[in-house]
Amino acid sequence: MSAEKVTISIPKSLYQKIEEKVKESEGAFKDVEEFIEFVLTELLKEEEGEEYPYSPEEEEEIKRRLRALGYL
Amino acid sequence: MVSKPHGGSLVVRVAKGARLQRLLIESREMHRIYVDEDHALDLENIGHGIYSPLTGFLCRDELESVLYEMRLLNGLPWTIPIVLDVSKEDLGELREGDEAALFFSETPLAVLRVEEVYPWDRGEYAEKVFKTRDANHPGVAKLYSAKELLIGGEIELIGEAPNPFYRYTLRPIETRVLFRERGWRTVVGFQTRNAPHLGHEYLQKSALAFVDGLFINPVIGRKKRGDFRDEVILRAYDVLTKNYFPKDTVVLSILRYQMRYAGPREAVHHAIMRKNFGCTHFIVGRDHAGVGNYYGPYEAQEIFKQFPDLGIVPLFFREFLYCEKCGGIVNEKICPHSEELRVRFSGTKLRELISRRERPPPYMVRPEVAEVLLSYEKPFVE
Repeated sequence: MSAEKVTISIPKSLYQKIEEKVKESEGAFKDVEEFIEFVLTELLKEEEGEEYPYSPEEEEEIKRRLRALGYL
Repeated sequence: MVSKPHGGSLVVRVAKGARLQRLLIESREMHRIYVDEDHALDLENIGHGIYSPLTGFLCRDELESVLYEMRLLNGLPWTIPIVLDVSKEDLGELREGDEAALFFSETPLAVLRVEEVYPWDRGEYAEKVFKTRDANHPGVAKLYSAKELLIGGEIELIGEAPNPFYRYTLRPIETRVLFRERGWRTVVGFQTRNAPHLGHEYLQKSALAFVDGLFINPVIGRKKRGDFRDEVILRAYDVLTKNYFPKDTVVLSILRYQMRYAGPREAVHHAIMRKNFGCTHFIVGRDHAGVGNYYGPYEAQEIFKQFPDLGIVPLFFREFLYCEKCGGIVNEKICPHSEELRVRFSGTKLRELISRRERPPPYMVRPEVAEVLLSYEKPFVE
């Protein structure tokens, strides 16, 4: 099932530029909508905070080692 | 906030606790493949996320994508293939879908889940990665001695190869905490495999002037005969940073890694690894990761134009040198004087001086660093 969508407006000149990009992409993007969705998703991903692959206890352990080695 | 890991999240594939105990016991019964030190280091780098987003050795489609597109199949920049070569004898009865235990000497290092076993064309690989098939190139020579098959698949670390520099070994999970704790939002990474001369120092300081912290990350691993020994390089950097950098602006930590000497492609790979450590910027100097005359002096800077989406900012520098007229360290962008007034820093020249037990001039090497270099009877790899 596809996600619910909404309609937004962008300047026609921008739309036409993106149409060109879609053509240049040689099939990487199906249409302008897919291109915009991809770019915005990537942009938001960049803005999201980092997920830390350790627990608070493990972080304390890391800090203890860093202190012991003189880095902190 | 420091740089996000390559691909968005840091890969950590290190077995712990009960799972580690179970895998260690199971590994005794698994099919064994013995790996050399270079592969042992690659395993650690996958396991600790230095090669994020890789979770194992490349399968064929991914290898081809890296060779021909310099990107992983998901489009992420990736320039140096990380592969595991085996012989038919190593493989034995092992099949796709099986698990194998990877051993370094008698130490179990990792469990490999075999996804694909495939032949490879080493000549083509050399051409793409090293831009030459010349067996005199050290990376190509090593490649030509590799075995006839590759195994792709995910790994999980269950051990480590011996590490004489444990005190200087920080994993990305640790540097990321360290940078954050120091309040660094911008960090520049510096790759090195040499003892520091003033050319290096000015490169580092020029970059540091624009960011919060400097991450000096010497490569420890297989080197060429005549290179400074790892211990010498570390001690030299220790005295340099203690005497000539403001406190708490530098982190010195090693990278256990096999140099490929692949010039431009390897420069991008070096940047990706430092991004995973948390660096936001990366220094690319003259003939980065090059060897002999296989690459143009600034080819390793040019290649970055192909990766606007790399996620780490490369800082390009021309070669630093000493100008007698200026009376200081300069480079061609800031000094108008002629070649006869310039003294070039050369690793080769430095090694020659040290091997003759001669003290390098102070405009070339800091006296404290020279003292360290001269204190070793055998400072070079033999």
